[in-house]
Amino acid sequence: MIKRLLLFIVLAYLALFLFVPIACIFAGALKNGFGVYLKALGDPMALSAMRLTALAAVIAVPLNLVFGVAASWAIAKFDFKGKNVLLTLIDLPFTVSPVISGMVYVLLFGAQSAIGPWLTRHGIKVLFAPPAIILATIFVTFPFIARELIPLMKAQGKEEEEAAATLGASGLQTFWRITIPNIKWGLLYGVILCNARAIGEFGAVSVVSGHIRGRTNTLPLHVEILYNEYHFAAAFAVASLFVFVAFLTLAAKKLVESRFDKIRSRSVV
Amino acid sequence: MSIEVRNVSKQFGAFNALKGVNLKVETGELIALLGPSGSGKTTLLRIIAGLETAEQGGVYFAGEDAQDRRAKDRGVGFVFQHYALFRHMTVFENIAFGLRVKPKNIRPSEDQIQKKVHELLKLIQLDWVADRFPSQLSGGQRQRIALARALAVEPKVLLLDEPFGSLDARVRKELRQWLRRFHDELHVTSLFVTHDQEEALEVADRIVVMNEGRIEQIGTPDQVYHHPVNPFVLNFLGNVNLFHLRVGGKEQNLTPVYVRPHHFEVHRSPKEGSFKAKVQYVNPAGSMVKLELKTEWGEVIQVEISPETFQQLRLQKNEEVYVDPKHFAFGGDYAI
Repeated sequence: MIKRLLLFIVLAYLALFLFVPIACIFAGALKNGFGVYLKALGDPMALSAMRLTALAAVIAVPLNLVFGVAASWAIAKFDFKGKNVLLTLIDLPFTVSPVISGMVYVLLFGAQSAIGPWLTRHGIKVLFAPPAIILATIFVTFPFIARELIPLMKAQGKEEEEAAATLGASGLQTFWRITIPNIKWGLLYGVILCNARAIGEFGAVSVVSGHIRGRTNTLPLHVEILYNEYHFAAAFAVASLFVFVAFLTLAAKKLVESRFDKIRSRSVV
Repeated sequence: MSIEVRNVSKQFGAFNALKGVNLKVETGELIALLGPSGSGKTTLLRIIAGLETAEQGGVYFAGEDAQDRRAKDRGVGFVFQHYALFRHMTVFENIAFGLRVKPKNIRPSEDQIQKKVHELLKLIQLDWVADRFPSQLSGGQRQRIALARALAVEPKVLLLDEPFGSLDARVRKELRQWLRRFHDELHVTSLFVTHDQEEALEVADRIVVMNEGRIEQIGTPDQVYHHPVNPFVLNFLGNVNLFHLRVGGKEQNLTPVYVRPHHFEVHRSPKEGSFKAKVQYVNPAGSMVKLELKTEWGEVIQVEISPETFQQLRLQKNEEVYVDPKHFAFGGDYAI
């Protein structure tokens, strides 16, 4: 009886907050027919937004990968002063509202800032241009990979690296042959999460973008603009892309997770 | 290769792990570093390996200062307590690792690597597990693989950190004897860390007894067991009873004495020099019968007697017996 009741609550909850909205997206997207749906996706503005979003993700994810591995490597395998401060700093983007993160860049690069006039004089456009969007995306997504790797690397300890060192391996050899193979599934998992967030980021990007159509609009911003201009079908059509990305992410996540769990259970002695 | 440790000190924060340790290990020796946990024995081993750096003092390999040589250049084989096998590699690849990471000009060919690894697998009697992963092996097998991996690069020195620490009692005993035979064949200078005095006494040529970051005594198993230089060594190597005996028959002359459990004789009737005690507990399991006795002045002592003596005496709980310590140490002399 209790089991049924619980199941009912969970399913009703999921239906209300997940299935119905997703269904609405597709209903809205296909309301005016499949032709309109395809046209909305093929629109030059939409394509340009896709390109910008892809560019931001393609730059942010690899950079955060390098940063995440370096940070977790340092935190998990070395002792140094200020380790806890570093850990807290890595969590910062999680605790700060994305809008505030965007504001920081406006204050940093805007016309009123210390370096703003210098940038303008030299013709470097950061704010309301792709560089700021990329910077904001990097900022909001940098904890994902580090957060995934730190507990994993801590749990694995540094004995295998020490063993490699006593066997004559150099630092680089140890890194590529021991450390990376041991963390690769956790790393991939972090990359998937980081990528999902990079593609979907709205708040921080919205503040620094300037919403210049065809130039500084990312996909989430494009959806907002379409919606605000009452192009509901087109807005939902573009939004449906995110549903596909979400499904892809979930599938990839599931795949990596099962692999990862297998590795983890194997590593438990 | 001989190893010399000169005046080495090491701190972890406010904790003094090592306080001016001096030690010389001769070529081909098998040395046990014995001590309770926190005594600094593992730290000393890791400093010799180059995995930790000493704040003071130095380590010398064959008389040469190893200060500036990193772990990878020291040519030591290190065996970790928890094996530290590479979990994503097969047993074969684990053992081959040290050969594969050698600089190109001195790296052996694939054929040579194959040959060497199989030789080592045969040596440790595990050539049938080459293609398995470490997680598919038992603890004892893993530890032997770890040893083979360390030996693959032909180290001049072998360092083992509690090599049998996480194995069950039977495997432990087996591997211990195996290590001894192994060392007798290879004669590579070896140091192993242990907190198990039985292990140290059974395997090592010499034992280094450590406590609180200092070396208490260095000597052969016979020396440290029969001629301990202080109460700590006496206490740590084998069980010992510390109790107080009236010397000269007067109340105020209570002298602390140390007696090993098997150095007591137990009688039904008083003998010269014996004292009265009450049987509190009897444990007849094992090669010796273990008794817990309470002396007439209230101290509890542990006594071991042979099963034959036990049968003759037919001891019961709460019976009174007379105890005669055959060998004991007191005052400044700890030789028993």
